[in-house]
Amino acid sequence: MSKPKAPDQLDFEQAFEELQALVRQLEQGELPLEDSLRLFERGQALATRCNQLLDEAELRLRKLAPDESGGYVEEDFQPEAE
Amino acid sequence: MLRRVSQLAMLGLQDRIWTPGELNRHVRQLLEGDYRLQDLWVAGEIANLSQPASGHLYFSLTDGSANLRCVIWRSEAEGLARLPRDGEAVEVHGHLSVYEAGGQYQLYADRIRLAGEGELFQEFMRLKQKLEAEGLFDPARKRPLPRWPKRVGVVTSPTGAALRDVLNVLSRRYPLVEVVLSPTPVQGEAAPAAIAQALAALEACDVVLLVRGGGSMEDLWAFNTEQVVRAVAASRAPVVSGIGHETDVILADFAADRRAPTPSAAAEVATPDRQDLAVEIGELTRSLRRAWQGRRQALRQGLRETRAALAAQAPQARLAGARQRLDEMAGRTALSLRHRLSLSRAEVEALAQTLHAIGPLQVLGRGYALVRLSADGALVRSVGQVSPGADLQVQVSDGSFSAQATAVPTETSEG
Repeated sequence: MSKPKAPDQLDFEQAFEELQALVRQLEQGELPLEDSLRLFERGQALATRCNQLLDEAELRLRKLAPDESGGYVEEDFQPEAE
Repeated sequence: MLRRVSQLAMLGLQDRIWTPGELNRHVRQLLEGDYRLQDLWVAGEIANLSQPASGHLYFSLTDGSANLRCVIWRSEAEGLARLPRDGEAVEVHGHLSVYEAGGQYQLYADRIRLAGEGELFQEFMRLKQKLEAEGLFDPARKRPLPRWPKRVGVVTSPTGAALRDVLNVLSRRYPLVEVVLSPTPVQGEAAPAAIAQALAALEACDVVLLVRGGGSMEDLWAFNTEQVVRAVAASRAPVVSGIGHETDVILADFAADRRAPTPSAAAEVATPDRQDLAVEIGELTRSLRRAWQGRRQALRQGLRETRAALAAQAPQARLAGARQRLDEMAGRTALSLRHRLSLSRAEVEALAQTLHAIGPLQVLGRGYALVRLSADGALVRSVGQVSPGADLQVQVSDGSFSAQATAVPTETSEG
């Protein structure tokens, strides 16, 4: 929290959990005006980030394939259309 | 004769005469009262199978010399994974009862399986007890599922309906994840080793879904093998199993960290639902705004109070206060001054009177006079001060007059 990342750098979990924590903090209501305003604005940005991630996310599909050395490599894959 | 019989019957001395319906009902009740006949398995070969328009299934079970009539009601028949065929060796589960109208006793079946499956079941129970004794199914071993999985491993056939179901659910519920398919055949002789290997091959997953669509007990058998059960228990990431249908009981389920009834359900169990999350985010946003407004209001109120306190401390106010205090003090000073003045005046009068009483004027009134040298006003106390011809001022009680010394005696001592 010392150096908060820009909301669009956060993944969903980070943005969501920070939003939760921040609402709790703001609800305790002991912060000075400037900090409260900063939290409020950051909270709004985090909520926007969360919604954006939920709206825009698309499943990424990978598949394990055996390689020559007996291990596995990951490759993209498309499910067969019905 | 008839009359005599009925009289005996009335006395209870003659055997009861039954109607066929009464007898059939009685036998039915006898059969249904025997719990061993109400939950049983019968093995045999299917013969004379028929399924009329009603949808019920009728057939006989035969062991070559004896036959047993069987019926499967339509509602049960629809739930069968596959319809039985004439000549098949099967095991049938059901309860025994009587078809009263036909006077036939028959097996009312609800489950049917190929004969070999009974042995599979024995094997299943043996292995289950062994692995249970090892603690592989211990609830304390179960790991919690992560709330926010990022990488979801899926162990299943790349061509099966299970994979399609899982992908559908994941993209509907929580498309934020990366899915890593670890493909494997899920039935056949090679399946157990391949499934175990596919489980072990997954790396850095937050949760693993081990799924397969429904099938017969034989189809699902790979998931009952020791090799697969151990691979599930050894998985680095928590495993959610979703194998077969709701009613299937699979050993891999016992070893999994979480059991789901179907592949779709496994995907649901493993992920949050984005619709719920959207609602939650909406609530958080409202709470955020409320908290901020509350905070702002509290701060504004505090500001008002501070401003009032500050105004009281402002220079003008302090000046005004000081001025007022000054006025008050000045007033008080004037008052005390006046007071002191009037006091002094009284004192002066008193002193004047005292002075008057002891003063020379009073003495002059008695006939004394004060004599001064005109030259310097010095009071004449001795003849030596006066030279002949000196001008003198003589003061008596009501005024003074000038005089001149005419003759001055020589100084005499007075005593």
